[in-house]
This record gives sequence, C-alpha cells and structure tokens, in this order.
Amino acid sequence: MENITKRFGKVTANNAVNLELHEGEILSLLGENGSGKTTLMNMLSGIYFPDEGQIYIHGQPVTIGSPKDAFAHGIGMIHQHFKLVDVFTATENIILGLEEKGRMNIPEATRKVKEICDKYGFDIDPNQKIYDMSVSQKQTVEIVKVLYRGADILILDEPTAVLTPQETDKLFQIMRNMKADGKSLIIITHKLHEVLDVSDRVAVLRKGEYIGDVLTKDADQQSLTDMMVGHAVALNIDRPEPVNVQKRLEITGLTAYDELGVKRLDDVSFTINAGEVLGIAGIAGSGQRELLESIAGLYPVAEGSVRYYAPDGSAPKELVGLDPMDIRKNGIAMSFVPEDRLGMGLVGSMGMTGNMMLRSWRKGASIFLNRKDPEALANRIWNELGVVTPSTNFPVRRMSGGNVQKVLVGREIAQSPAVLMTAYAVRGLDINTSYTIYNLLTEQKMKGVAVVYVGEDLDVLLELCDRIVVLCGGQVSGVVDARTTDKRQIGSLMTLVRGGKVDA
Amino acid sequence: MFDFASFIPRAVMQGIPLLYGSTGEILTEKSGNLNLGIPGVMYVGGICGVIGAFFYEQSVPAAEMSALAAIGIPMLCSLAGSLLMGLIYCLLTVTLRANQNVTGLALTTFGVGVGNFFGGSLIKLSGSEVPSIALSATSAYFSKSLPIAETTGWFGQVFLSYGFLAYLAIVIALLASYFLKHTRTGLHLRAVGESAATADAAGINVTKYKYLATCIGSMIAGLGGLYYVMDYACGVWSNNAFGDRGWLAIALVIFTIWRPNVSVLASILFGGCYILYIFIPTGTNLAIKELYKMLPYVVTLVVLIIVSLRKKREDQPPQSLGLAYFREER
Repeated sequence: MENITKRFGKVTANNAVNLELHEGEILSLLGENGSGKTTLMNMLSGIYFPDEGQIYIHGQPVTIGSPKDAFAHGIGMIHQHFKLVDVFTATENIILGLEEKGRMNIPEATRKVKEICDKYGFDIDPNQKIYDMSVSQKQTVEIVKVLYRGADILILDEPTAVLTPQETDKLFQIMRNMKADGKSLIIITHKLHEVLDVSDRVAVLRKGEYIGDVLTKDADQQSLTDMMVGHAVALNIDRPEPVNVQKRLEITGLTAYDELGVKRLDDVSFTINAGEVLGIAGIAGSGQRELLESIAGLYPVAEGSVRYYAPDGSAPKELVGLDPMDIRKNGIAMSFVPEDRLGMGLVGSMGMTGNMMLRSWRKGASIFLNRKDPEALANRIWNELGVVTPSTNFPVRRMSGGNVQKVLVGREIAQSPAVLMTAYAVRGLDINTSYTIYNLLTEQKMKGVAVVYVGEDLDVLLELCDRIVVLCGGQVSGVVDARTTDKRQIGSLMTLVRGGKVDA
Repeated sequence: MFDFASFIPRAVMQGIPLLYGSTGEILTEKSGNLNLGIPGVMYVGGICGVIGAFFYEQSVPAAEMSALAAIGIPMLCSLAGSLLMGLIYCLLTVTLRANQNVTGLALTTFGVGVGNFFGGSLIKLSGSEVPSIALSATSAYFSKSLPIAETTGWFGQVFLSYGFLAYLAIVIALLASYFLKHTRTGLHLRAVGESAATADAAGINVTKYKYLATCIGSMIAGLGGLYYVMDYACGVWSNNAFGDRGWLAIALVIFTIWRPNVSVLASILFGGCYILYIFIPTGTNLAIKELYKMLPYVVTLVVLIIVSLRKKREDQPPQSLGLAYFREER
C-alpha cells in the first residue's frame, strides 16, 4: 500500500500511509484507538475506497472497490463483529453468497470445510448451528469462510478481544499454521504481549499516520509503547486545582458478569471525590461501560458495593441493588451521560423540550405534564451552549453529533447533580465542541460535583483530569495522579496483562 | 356417523385459498418483509380474475369458448393484479423504507376497496337483479375435475374431485418448500430475511431478493383469490364474500412455522375447522356456530404458545422480519 489517504468529511483517518506485507509473514498493526488501523484495513478489504494512493499486490497495481474485488485478489478480512446468520449451520454460512455453478451441494461443501479445518487445525463441526457456538467457534467460522474463498491474505481485526487466553493460544497456533502454508496475515491488536508472541513484524500507526515498522525480534514492550503513544501534545485545557475535595462515592470489590456469564468487572475498587475530575482510561471494552452502568444502577452487580457519601455528611448509602428511580428517590442526584447518546441518553424523534421532560415528568402537581419548565430549560441550553437547531421541537435525531451531545450534557448538568458521569463525552465531536464540553466539566468540578470522565484520548485525560483510574480487562490496573504521570505509564497500565508487572 | 367422504373435499376446497395465501406469505416473510396486505392482495387477485372472465364472457359466446382462453385470461389478469399489489408494497417498504405493518394494513384496506369498487361496477354493468355476478361459463373450465373422479367412489371424491388450481396449489407449496431448503437462491433468500446486513456483506443483492420474493409471493397469494371465486364459489362474485380468509392465511404461516410443505396439510385442517360447524349438529343456537368458527384462530394461538415455550431457534420468525434494511445505518 502506497500513500494511502482516507478522509471522512474533515477528519483525515489515514494520511499517506505506506504499508508492506510479505508473503508468509504475520504483521501486527499497532496503534491507539482511533489511530486508523481498522480504516486502513477496510480499504484493503474493499469496504472503503481510498481517496488517494495505490494498492499493489505482487507488484501489480490493483483497484479494490468492493469485498468481492478483495476476494478476487485473495484478500479476506475477519471483522470484529461477526457477520453470520444464527439459524444457519457453519457450512451454510460459509457458502453464503458464493455463485458456484450447478446445484447447491451441501455435503460436498461440508467435505471441503472439513478439509480446511483439518489442514489448519480448526475445531468446528460444519453442521453445527451458529447460535449453538461459542464466540471463538464463530470466529473460526469467519476464518474458514475467508479461507474457503481462497484468500492468501487474511486480516484479523482485534481477533483476541473476545477470546479467553486459552482460545487465543489456539488461534495463534492456527495463525502459525497458516503462515507455514505461505499465507500472509495482518493482525490488529492492542495487546503488546500478543504482538510480541505471534508476529514477525510490527507496523505502528498513530493518529492516522504511519510511524514505522520494526521486526518483532528487535522490539520490546517499552519501545512499542513509545512508538504507539508518541510524545504528549499540549492541549491547554484549563485545569484549576481542585478545592474542597470530599469523598462522594466509594466503590469496593465491584464484580459483574454479562448475560453470557463473562466477567466484565473484576473486583474493582476506587473512590470518586467531589470537586475532582476522575478520568477512566482503558482500551475499548475493558469494562468502562459496565462500570458506569453498575454505578448508575443499570447493570446487574454480582458482588461488591457502591457507597454514596452525601454532601451534608449523613450516613453513607448503599447503591448496589437500586435502580435509577430508587437512586433518585433516595435523594441522590446522579447524572449519567451514556456512550450511546441516542439509544440511552435521548429519544431521537423528540425535540429538545421533549427530551428535557424525560428528566422532569414526575415533577409537577397535576396529572398533566408541565411543559413550561422543560421548554424554558431547553431554551436556556439552546442559547447558553449554542446548540444549532431550528427550534426546540426539532427532533434531536436529525441534529449533528456535537449538538446532540450538548443537549444531553446540558440536560444532565441542569439537574445540578452531585455525581456527573460521562462516557466518551467528546467522541465524534470536533475540537471546538470538545473544548466546550471540557469547560463544562471543569465548571462542574469547581462547583463541587464529582465528575467522572471516561475517555479514549490519553492526551485529553492527562490534561483534563485530576486522577486517572486505568482499567484493563475489567480490573483496575492502576490509579495515577494525572499531574505527575505520563502517557507512557498509562499506556503500559492499559495493556497490562493479568499477573504482569508494571514496567514503568 | 360423521360423513368424512363429503367433509374432506369441502375442507380441502376451503383450505386451498389459504394454502395459496400462506405459501405466498411465507416466501415474502422469508425475505424479511411482513406483508400484512395479503388479504388485500388475495382480494385483488380474485377481482382481477373476475374482470378478465367477465369481459371474456361478454365478448365470446359460451359455445365458442376455448379452454385455454377461458382459463388463461382470468389467470393472467389475476397474476397482473396481485403483482401490482406486491410492487406497491415493495416500493413503499423496500425502496422508500416505510413501516411494513402500516403499509401492509393500508394495502389490505386498499385491496378490499378496489375489489368492492370494481365488483360493484361489474354487477351494475351486468344489470343483474341480485348483488352478485355469475360467471358460470368460465368457472366451469376452472372447476373441471378428472372424469374418473365420478367412477371411483369415495377415493375419487376425496382425492380427484378438484379443479386444476387445487393441485397447482399443492405443487407450488411443495416446490416453494424445496426451493427454500435445497437451493442456493433459497439459502440466500433466507439469509436476507434473517440478517440483511450479513447477506449484503456476502455480496447478495438484498433489494433484488426482497422485491422478487415479495412480488412472486403476492402473485401466488393472488391465485388463492382466483381459486376462491372461479372454482370454490363457482364463478359467483359478490362483494365481501371472501371474508377473513386472508387473515387465516397469515395465521396459517405462523401455524406452520414458516414451512410451505406443512402448510399443505395444515391448510386442510384449517379449512376443516372453518366449516366444522356445518357438519356438527348445533341445533338452532347460532352462538355455538360462531364458536366453532373461532377454531382456526384458537389452534393458531395454541401453536404460538407451544412454539414460544419450546424456544427453538429454528421455529422463530425470520430474525429481521418487519425491519427495513439500510446499508449505511448501523
């Protein structure tokens, strides 16, 4: 790949990236969230089309305009989110979309699938239904699907994110088998030890730019982290010293499982203080969402406690086991800005006023809704935060992402909360809106609110927060002072494996 | 003694329109389109056939009729009418991504309205005394059964006494069943209904499959309407006589858990339930008759309950049934 550039609107996701893949090697693609790894690979597999640059295969310039083109050139990608039909068998999924000649011959296809499985050591039953399969088996089906189409270049997008360590080892063994067979593989991962374990060469991307590549045998965790995070960029977010810091929420031993029984939070303990911005860092899916939802009473907690210390100094209250309504009835003002703005935060088809009412419909004396106050609040947010919308009744779904976020944050702040939790508050927002949000959060902090900021940009976390809790695989891998730490330290805490040591 | 030899043929004749309707609807639903307009589609299929037959009878004296034209003209009219209904549905739900439930229900209202409007007009044109028109000449071609049916006693009565459309319904249902299970196109169609995004990623043209399945499904369902007027009702059209057969066809889809081959027998069962009250002495109490007429719906409810208790994934409706697919939406 030469000089590949891809822009989404004003955002440049990949800027003049050069990447080389040799026959029979495993290449790791390393980079922070949003550094453009997946975008780059999507261009190789035909999902996006590069704005500039040229792709060569075996020295020949090629044009890849669709996934079908990619397959024709022997490129197959295994996405993070599986594309499988649940009620079909493995074989049916594998042959789906193939335009082979003649009648559909399931037994013959099953035989071919078995052949591929035996060759590389896959362990699946071709006649098993997808809904009966574990996540790792589903992933295997995706890999076989690509191989069945005769791919020579396989791209795996964070394949280990959903696997247990044992399953990961098995996958790596299969990857080595494929390499021995002359196939080329690209693996996207955040986990440094996996990079060192499986790959031959590492290419690093940072903020859409290609930083360089090293042979794995010449690299170690330290040098890779340095390449990945680079040097701190000064952002100049105004960060006043916290005043009047008080313990507001104390979380001890919080453990939670998802509906599949996978541990999402593992013995998480830390405190959230009033008058402070607490950052939560971690690779996507390390338990940030589950943590916030557990505190807000939206996620079932298996063990542990969340104790609330009211500002008036009364006895602490236990929040585990309460739902959001109970929490509010207990007089605890907690605000939550969820990651999924239009799914959990706002009703897309309602206007600003309607969305304000979601917070206030229980107030008011009569059985009729009080429209006046929400209307006034909507107007206030409209003016103060500079929301761009034709009217307060314009459906929020049709606003831009930044404006939607302003409405949501504005509403939550207007509740004058004691605890304000935000998840990826600036995701998808331009730089100006991001600063508006940062300033709002800092303002709240100075008012004595306990602010929790879950973010993905380490530079921002370091500039905005007072303390940072780092999560890794559902565990707290460290709590650091944002004023004294640096990206390198957080980076290594984020990729810290269970039982490993902080080498910073 | 319960008279099976006369009960079964009547149950079959009741069941055939339902079989057409449910086969068509199953094909449609397998593409993820929940076409609640089926009652309207069947109604339009019926009236279009009647229109064709009416003008054919008007222009050609009964003695000069040819079997091919007497059957072909109403059938083509019926297919064209129901195809048009299917196209309207697809245009609204697939291309314009309108809500499928609303579109379907509107189409039912529309179809019944169209049927009654043209039905009423034809009755006026024919200048008939009663509010119905009889197309006995063409209908005779539709309901013609094999001559040996008369001579083979109860066997002939039960198996051979129907018009060709009845056998066609069974053939279409079995073909549809084979198509869904054993062909590549059938596999692709099911994938579209289960997860359009997956099908799209696999290079299947989702829009094309939805259009084709829905339009072909509508045409099959329309034949049910045609069978009802031309064969079952002996060519007599009167407004609203088709009744709630369209809804029964949709109930049958759920009853058979989306399997056209099961529908062959299930439609006869439904047909039997539908007319059971005639064969069971109920005296003069009309209320009991009405209770018997409920039977098909009760049976469907029971099946729904059993199916949802068993929670088997194969028995669930296609996963993206009722959802419009839009590639850029995540």
